[in-house]
Amino acid sequence: MSTVSETSHSALPDDGVVRAADGTPLKKSLARALRREKLRSFMLIAPLLAFIIIAFVAPIADMLFRSVENSIVRDTLPETVETLADWDPQSGELPDERVFAALYRDLQIAVEQRIHTRVGSRLNYQQPGMSGLFRGTGRDVRRMDEAGPFKPQFLETDEDWAEIETWAVIKRYSPTYTPGYFLNAVDAELTAEGVELKPQNERIYITLFNRTMVMSLIITFSCLLLGYPIAYLLAHLPMRSANVLMILVLLPFWTSLLVRTSAWKVLLQQQGVINDFLVWINLIDDAGRLVMINNQTGTIIAMTHILLPFMILPLYSVMQTISPSYVRAAKSLGATDWTAFWRVYFPQTVPGIGAGAILVFILSIGYYITPELVGGTSGVFISNRIAYHISTSLNWGLAAALGTILLGLVVVLFWVYDRIVGIDNVKLG
Amino acid sequence: MASPLPPYASSLQIGWYYAFRVICGLIFFFLIFPILVIVPLSFNAQDFFTFTPEMLALNPEGYSLKHYRDFFTNPDWQLALWNSVTIAPAATLIATVLGTLAAIGLSQAHVPYKSAIMAILISPMIVPLIISAAGMYFFFSRIGLQGTYLGVVLAHAALGTPFVIITVTATLVGFDRSLTRASASLGADPVRTFFKVQMPLIMPGVISGALFAFITSFDEVVIVLFVGSASQKTLPWQMFIGLREQISPTILAVASVMVALSIALLFTLELLRRRSERLRGLAPG
Repeated sequence: MSTVSETSHSALPDDGVVRAADGTPLKKSLARALRREKLRSFMLIAPLLAFIIIAFVAPIADMLFRSVENSIVRDTLPETVETLADWDPQSGELPDERVFAALYRDLQIAVEQRIHTRVGSRLNYQQPGMSGLFRGTGRDVRRMDEAGPFKPQFLETDEDWAEIETWAVIKRYSPTYTPGYFLNAVDAELTAEGVELKPQNERIYITLFNRTMVMSLIITFSCLLLGYPIAYLLAHLPMRSANVLMILVLLPFWTSLLVRTSAWKVLLQQQGVINDFLVWINLIDDAGRLVMINNQTGTIIAMTHILLPFMILPLYSVMQTISPSYVRAAKSLGATDWTAFWRVYFPQTVPGIGAGAILVFILSIGYYITPELVGGTSGVFISNRIAYHISTSLNWGLAAALGTILLGLVVVLFWVYDRIVGIDNVKLG
Repeated sequence: MASPLPPYASSLQIGWYYAFRVICGLIFFFLIFPILVIVPLSFNAQDFFTFTPEMLALNPEGYSLKHYRDFFTNPDWQLALWNSVTIAPAATLIATVLGTLAAIGLSQAHVPYKSAIMAILISPMIVPLIISAAGMYFFFSRIGLQGTYLGVVLAHAALGTPFVIITVTATLVGFDRSLTRASASLGADPVRTFFKVQMPLIMPGVISGALFAFITSFDEVVIVLFVGSASQKTLPWQMFIGLREQISPTILAVASVMVALSIALLFTLELLRRRSERLRGLAPG
């Protein structure tokens, strides 16, 4: 790396320092070379790192921020929020005239800019009815007497303004940041008494998280059940036949997710191939066709098929490295086939089971497309709810909060995966 | 299992030997049947999703190419096909170039914060797609990329890079550093060394990474649904809509074409794997 300019025969102090060819101390020269090498490898990585940070990390961070961001109330009703700070919802009394006057002035501006409905729809996530309240008041606020007093005029417009709870909600959601979306995502809400769980029959998200977890576990388990024999067979066949059979595993792996989902949609239908076959062999009669789609069964069957290769491949690579002499040794010591398998062979495959199971579980809890198409209403996952809140209900804060929880879950699982397998050891194909 | 049964095997052992093979056969059937069954179904002359009596009797009148004709003439499907074959190569190119450079950089001996950088670069593969899609939808809307081709291409490129990094890194693990040193000692500059010595050797990894990136984009639907708009709809998008609203039999024809594509891809990868093993002096297995 160092340029050769002088050679050692030139006059150098003989101080015992080891020097490079150009006369700089070797230590310094090596440090410089190391620095240059570090810089060079960093220059190679930098373009992609910058690209991923802009195109991927920043969007995720932006989404995480949305789950706590809550500036609508403060931005639209700044003066109301400020005057409301002195009011105590526990006092049992409505805010005074000052607050109503502030609300009047804020709404005047908001109605002019046509943004008053945004506050309404934001607060409606927390308290149903707020959307209508703001829309109605927005219409009436122009006709109010500018001289005041405003309190009676507001109460006349809508009796909800006489409710302590209305004001309490506005006050509760006036800070710039809110835990409200997160609480909502775990079926809790912020009430005057603090954080409370919602009534049993309204707890949809906990149910959904539970269902996502339970169904992912079932899918992982069925993948393991079906994947283990296949991996075992492939690892114990001669290389040539194993490679041929491997194609049967890799072809589904490489086939488009939508192709496989369409295939299951076609097969599992009531007028589909499987039902027709079962009727034909007289196992069921024509009226008793099985309902295998648009429910949990559909999701479990289709996702087991889709994720099965992700279980077989890591299991296979672990089983390939297990030496057959252990099992032979066990048998020579008198173990039966079963004991030799269960006590000697199986424990050695546990790392493969761990790797495959975590991988399948991570992939399955984040799945969206397949549950959406074959899951009906009872077979959908948390991802489907996130998509619903982004594209249909437009409650983006709640979507972000649900997404953050899901992401946290995946990151923890992946950390475990990294400890067991290591990201560097991920093998493809 | 590898050797046939020994002569002293008990009847239980023989029974289990065959039972195990039957079980494996059934699982292989489960894996492959759904993919293969849609191919004959796509030639159905009726708009049904099951075999008609004419088809089972192998009557030529039960078969028709009408679903394929629809795929190749319907403007909706043609737009989707065209978008897929333009977006995927563009995303692949970005992912492959950036990913290969980064993998080479990461393979150097002294990279500070290596594991943290690796975690960031691999993250698009780990984060559930719906979360990436949501994040990109919000963020790209802010910077004006939502609903543009560029936005979709960049998003797909980001998803594809981890695969390039992983495959190229795997090739570089077996890379003999003395080759670049030899090249340098013979007077080649680093750029020349890279293209003449290193590149040909890591090529199989780069190509299979590129194939992964391509198929990631070609098969991706969640991101494009959120980041794209109707004019960027791709084949998976059109299939998704077709499956969600009402199933049109054309989907089976499209699916069969895509199965053919994945078979082609599988064979390309297999050839690459053999080539790479040959280059490393391992026996092609």
